[in-house]
Amino acid sequence: MSTTAPGAKSATSTISTPAKREITTKPRLSDKVFRGVATTGGLSSLVILGLIFVFLAFQGFQVLRSEGLGFITGSNWEVVQDNVGNTNLEASQFGIAAMLIGTVICATIAVIIAVPISVLCALYLTFYAPNFIKRLMVALIDLMAAFPSILFGMWGYFVLMPHAEYWAQLLHKYFGWLPFFKMDVDIFERSPFVAGVVLSTMIIPIITSVSREIFSQTPLDRIQAAYALGSTRWAMIKAVVIPYGRSGVVGGAMLGLGRAMGETVAVYTVLNLVYQINWQVLIGAGGNVASMILLKFGEAGPTETKALMAAGLALFILTLIVNSAANVIVTKTGGKGR
Amino acid sequence: MINSKVAVKPGKPWAATPRERALDLGAILLAAVGSFALVALSELKGKLAYAGVFFLLIIVINFIHNYLSRGIATAKDSIASTFAVAGVLITLLPITSIMFSIFERGKTGFKLNLFTSDMKLNGPNDPLNQGGLLHALTGSGIMVGIALIISLPIGILTAIYLTEIKGFFTRPIRFLVQAMSGVPSIVAGLFILSAIVFPITKTPSGLMGGLALSILMIPTIARTSEEVLLLIPPDLREAGIALGGTQWRTISQIVVPAAKSGLMTAIILGVARVAGETAPLVLVSGGGDALNLNPTSGPMGSFPFYIWKSFTFGTTESIARAWAGIFILLVLIFILFIAARLLGGDRKKK
Repeated sequence: MSTTAPGAKSATSTISTPAKREITTKPRLSDKVFRGVATTGGLSSLVILGLIFVFLAFQGFQVLRSEGLGFITGSNWEVVQDNVGNTNLEASQFGIAAMLIGTVICATIAVIIAVPISVLCALYLTFYAPNFIKRLMVALIDLMAAFPSILFGMWGYFVLMPHAEYWAQLLHKYFGWLPFFKMDVDIFERSPFVAGVVLSTMIIPIITSVSREIFSQTPLDRIQAAYALGSTRWAMIKAVVIPYGRSGVVGGAMLGLGRAMGETVAVYTVLNLVYQINWQVLIGAGGNVASMILLKFGEAGPTETKALMAAGLALFILTLIVNSAANVIVTKTGGKGR
Repeated sequence: MINSKVAVKPGKPWAATPRERALDLGAILLAAVGSFALVALSELKGKLAYAGVFFLLIIVINFIHNYLSRGIATAKDSIASTFAVAGVLITLLPITSIMFSIFERGKTGFKLNLFTSDMKLNGPNDPLNQGGLLHALTGSGIMVGIALIISLPIGILTAIYLTEIKGFFTRPIRFLVQAMSGVPSIVAGLFILSAIVFPITKTPSGLMGGLALSILMIPTIARTSEEVLLLIPPDLREAGIALGGTQWRTISQIVVPAAKSGLMTAIILGVARVAGETAPLVLVSGGGDALNLNPTSGPMGSFPFYIWKSFTFGTTESIARAWAGIFILLVLIFILFIAARLLGGDRKKK
C-alpha cells in the first residue's frame, strides 16, 4: 500500500502508475457493537410476537388437544367438575365458535357504519376543507384515536346506547323483512348492533386518517389534468381520487376491522354475551372473544384459564391475519403516487 | 415602469360572492323550515327525522338550484359536497358528545380529596367526599413509567435499525412492528399472565402491569420514532461520516439529538396510548385499593382499573366516581396530546 515519494524516481525511469489503493470498509468495534445492539432491538418485535404465540399455545395446549377442532367449531362452554372440585377435562366442553362469529359480526357492523362516514370525512378534509378547519379536524381526529377504550365503553353505555337501541327499533320497523334484521324476541338492549355502533365510533378516526393519507398522495398532475379538462370537484374525485385510493381505503377499513375485533372493554359494557350463534344482529345476544375472556377470567379455575389462553391465541391469530393483510394493502397503495 | 403606477388589486375570482353566500344561507333556512313543516305534518317524529328530512331537503334544493343555473355536472357536484360535509358533521358528533358528557357528568364527582386519599378504607359506594384515587394516580404513573423504561430503548433501537442500519431484516421488521401495533390489549395481558405470572411470580403486581403495557407501547414508539428519524436530512449523517465519525458516533451525537423533540413526541404518544388501557391491567396488575408504591409485590391500583371497578359496581355514587376518574384521565390525555402537538410544531419550524 505504500506509495513512492514523488520526485524520488521521476528522474530515472518510466512513469509507473501507482498500485490501486485498496478500499475497505472495516467497521470499528464500536460500530459492530452498535449495529449488533440495534439489530437485536429491531428483532425484538419478532421475538415478542413469537413469544406471545408460543406461551399462549403452551398454556392452551392441553385444552386444544382435548377439544381438537371442536374448539373453534363448537359453541358450548361448560366446565364440569368432579366431586373433589377438580375440573374434568374430558367431560368439559370448550368451544368458541359463537364468540368468534359474534366478534366478526360486531366488527363487520362497525366497519359497515364507519367506512362511508370516514371516507366522506377524509374526502372533505383533503379536497374541500379550508385550511384552518382541516388542521382543527385533523387534531381532533388524532385525539379521538388516542381516547382509551374504557372511555368509549362508558360513553357508549350511558350516552350512545339509548340512541342506538332506538335506531335498532327503527331498523326493525322499516327493514324487518331482511333476514338479519328479523326479531324472534323483542329484546333490543345490548345487541350486537349496539356494540357495532359503539365500535364504529372507535374506528372512524383510524379509517379517516388512513384514507386521508392515501387521498393526499393522489398524483397532483392527474388532479390538475382533471380540473384542466373542465371537471367539477366531484367528477375529479370520481375519475382520479377514487380509482387511485380505492385499495388504500380497503386497507384502512381492514385496519379498523382488526382494531374492532380486538376491542375488549368497550364491547364488554354494551354487549350481552350469550353462548349461541346469533345472526339476528338486533337481538340482545351476541358474542365477543375478548370480552368473554375478561368476563370468565375472574372466576375461572386453572383448567378454564387454560381454555381462555387458547381463546386468546385464536383471537391473536385472527387479528394478526387481518392486520397483516391490511398493512400489505395500505403499504402497496401508498407510495405509488407522485 | 408604466405598470407600477397602476395599482392592481388582487382579487379572488373563485371566492363566493355575497350573493352566492346569501343563496346558500337561504337554502339552509328553507330546508330547516321545510323539515319542521314536514315533521309536523307527517307521522315522522324525533331528532333523527328532523336531521334526515333537513339533509334530504338541502340536497334537493341545492340540486335544483345548481341544475337550473349551471347544469347537471354542477348539480351532481353539489350533492357530493353536501355528503362530504355530512360525513364531517357525523364524525364531529361523537367527539363533541364524548367531551361534553364527560365534563358534564365528571364534575359532580370531582372533589379535591380525590388527589389526597386512596380507597383503602372506603368502598366505591361511599359518599364522594371520602376516598380518592391517589393510589390509582401513583399506580398508573409507576406502571406507565416501567413500560416506558422498557419500551423506549427497544422502540428507538427498532427505529434506528429501520432508518439507519437498513439491514436484511428491514422489511420484515417494519411489517412485524405494524402487526404488533394491532395486537389486542387483552392478548398482551394474557401473554404476561402465561409467560411470567403463572410460571414465575404466581401473584399479580404492578411490574407485571408495566410489562403488559410495554408490549402495547413498543410499536407506537417505534413507528413514531421511525417517522421522526426519516425526517432528519441525510446531509447531517453524511456530514458526520465525512468528519470521520463512526456510524455509532454520528447517530448518537448528531442524528438522535437532532430528532430530540420528535422523539419526545414519540414518548408522549406512547404514554397516551397506554395510559387508558384497561383490559391487561384487570388481568395482571391485581388492582388494589390501597396506596402501593412497590411494583414488585402486592396488587397495584391504576386509573383504568379504578374507573372499571367503580363503573361495574353500578351504584349512583360509584358511577359518579367513575365519571370523575375518566374526566381526570381525559384531561391528562389532553395535556399529553397538546404537549405532543407543541413539540411536533417545533420540529416543523426547524
